[in-house]
Amino acid sequence: MDTTPFIVLSAILFTIGGIGVLTRRNAIVVFMCVELMLNASNLALITFSRANGNLEGQIAAFFVMVVAAAEVVVGLAIIMTIFRTRRSASVDDASLLKY
Amino acid sequence: MVNLEALHDVPVVGSVPTDGAFSLLWLVIALPALGAAILLLGGRRTDKWGHLLGTAMAVGSFVISLILFFTLLGKDADDRQVTQHLWNWFTAGSYSVNFDLLYDQLSAVFLLLITGVGSLIHVYSIGYMEHDERRRRFFGYLNLFVASMLVLVLAADYVGVFLGWEGVGLASYLLIGFWQQKPSAAAAAKKAFVINRVGDIGLSLGTALIFITFGSTSFAVVSAASSHASDGALTGIGLLLLLAACGKSAQFPLQTWLLDAMEGPTPVSALIHAATMVTAGVYLIVRSNFIFSLTEDARTAVIVIGTITLLMGAIIGCAKDDIKKALAGSTMSQIGYMVLAAGLGPAGYAFAIFHLLTHGFFKANMFLGAGSVMHGMNDDVNMRHYGALQKAMPITFATFATGYLAILGIPPFAGFWSKDKIIETAFADNTLVGLCALIGAGVTAFYMTRLMLMTFVGTKRWEKDVHPHESPKVMTYPLIALAALSALGGLLTLGGWIGDWLEPVTGHAEHHELPFGMAPIVMSLIILLVVAAGVAVAWQLVGQREVPREAPEKVSIFTRAARADLYGDAFNDEVIIKPGAAGIRGLTVFDRVVVDGAAEGTATAFASMSARFRLLQNGFVRSYALALLAGAALVIFALLAVNFG
Repeated sequence: MDTTPFIVLSAILFTIGGIGVLTRRNAIVVFMCVELMLNASNLALITFSRANGNLEGQIAAFFVMVVAAAEVVVGLAIIMTIFRTRRSASVDDASLLKY
Repeated sequence: MVNLEALHDVPVVGSVPTDGAFSLLWLVIALPALGAAILLLGGRRTDKWGHLLGTAMAVGSFVISLILFFTLLGKDADDRQVTQHLWNWFTAGSYSVNFDLLYDQLSAVFLLLITGVGSLIHVYSIGYMEHDERRRRFFGYLNLFVASMLVLVLAADYVGVFLGWEGVGLASYLLIGFWQQKPSAAAAAKKAFVINRVGDIGLSLGTALIFITFGSTSFAVVSAASSHASDGALTGIGLLLLLAACGKSAQFPLQTWLLDAMEGPTPVSALIHAATMVTAGVYLIVRSNFIFSLTEDARTAVIVIGTITLLMGAIIGCAKDDIKKALAGSTMSQIGYMVLAAGLGPAGYAFAIFHLLTHGFFKANMFLGAGSVMHGMNDDVNMRHYGALQKAMPITFATFATGYLAILGIPPFAGFWSKDKIIETAFADNTLVGLCALIGAGVTAFYMTRLMLMTFVGTKRWEKDVHPHESPKVMTYPLIALAALSALGGLLTLGGWIGDWLEPVTGHAEHHELPFGMAPIVMSLIILLVVAAGVAVAWQLVGQREVPREAPEKVSIFTRAARADLYGDAFNDEVIIKPGAAGIRGLTVFDRVVVDGAAEGTATAFASMSARFRLLQNGFVRSYALALLAGAALVIFALLAVNFG
């Protein structure tokens, strides 16, 4: 099986996610971009798992999904709370914790 | 190198365990120690009878010393060294120090002097300190002193000597500064303590060197092995012990504290700074005869120090108007004689101890006499305010005169026998040293005559409201006892008794020849002539003129130097204190600039660095994400570079 397209797709998705995280201000969008990066890495894991003929990559992907689900729960809750108190979902506005 | 010639010369401290009356030995120390403990720990409830207890303890100690002495006298000459083993003090590896007491001919003599003169001075102090509200404490300190001094002379080990040495130093400090409300007394106490520490360094290093050389510090072991030790080690030990003696005995160059020590109550000056403690240095040298007899170099140093000090003290004594300071100069000078005698080796040891004894009698006598005079003159010490006290204080005058004749060396008073012997032996050893000692005798005659004339003879120069009176009996009786001893102390030398008595401890004295083949009687006549000349000069200069009530300002440079203690303090200031202070200041600057600078500079560097770096913590999540990404990228590139580079 030629794994190159899958890896290229994974790299493209990861890059899009990374650019999104670095450039967007809306916390929800940043969050979604993080999910995109996670899923890009899942894709790469599964691809290599298939290529190597064992299940370890797939198991790792499951772990990533579980962690991502938990992260979503906690992250959304934080974003909700910030939005409630500051009436804004911009990550740049939430910059009080600094030097 | 083994000194074969000396092998049989050095007497070995060998001794038999105590039995019979000798088992009382420990009590001699324990009684005054107990007295000091009760008086100093008991507090005010012992105020009423404290002075009586203190005196009783000293007298008890004296009685036991007498019993011991006569028991010793009854023994054969070979069995006259006994040791009482009390306990093992400490053990470290193969080195072990026992708390042993050594009672032999030498310590027997000291025991009698310390407890005898000590008891008399205790009795005298009852009267002298009567109106002092801290009298009980005074007696506590006196008892502490007596106990420490007894430890010093009874210890059978250099470490034990050191214990007593420090104990008397402490007692001396406490008693010089007894009138602590006077700043001058407090300063004098501190000065005495600090200068004594310099000497103490000598004793502790000397003890250490003894241990290194002999592997033990007990007299018995050291005296048995000393003739096998190398010359260098013996000389080193000798010089260190000499340094110790210089500190305690106020010998040049550590002499300056003794004159200031006169700030203490007069009985203290009599007991500690005339009769006993200041002679500890002489004791140390004579006790260490098994070291000094084998090292010519150290002995020469001892002689030089003794000669310098005997002249310095005498010159200082000539110019002092303070009666106690004049006597203190005299004490320095007389101890100079003892040290000189001790430096002459086996020929002089016995005379050093003999002069120490007679000096203890007549100087304590004169100090107590001075105290009695001060008692009658409202504590004025300036002799220019005295005069014509002969009538007002007949007993004080008579006893003082006995001491005066004794220190001058007029036969048959005690000083004649002891000082003449020292001058004779000095002449036999070296004519120059002998001449110095002879001149010293003349100067002694001058200043003592001056003191007598200014105090007891001449016109009344009293302050207005002073009514001199004789002191109470509790003070005059000790004076009479000491005067009797000053008059008769010389009898100890009849038939060469003191020399024979001490010979088992100090070694056999070779017969010495006087220069020009003089007979001893001729020598004595010459000394008497010099003394008479000193008296005559004093009579001309002081006795025949009116003594001015104010010290004359226009005086020769010599008088000025003598008044300033021959610039001993100025010398110390210039040579030790000022460079020391400058050195300390330099070190302070070094500490502040270099040491503190390094520590604080490091802290400042980190603080300013972190002030820059913390700006990275800007609160923007996206900048953290960028940093993370950059970091991850860096790691990946590094991995690639390593794997495929």
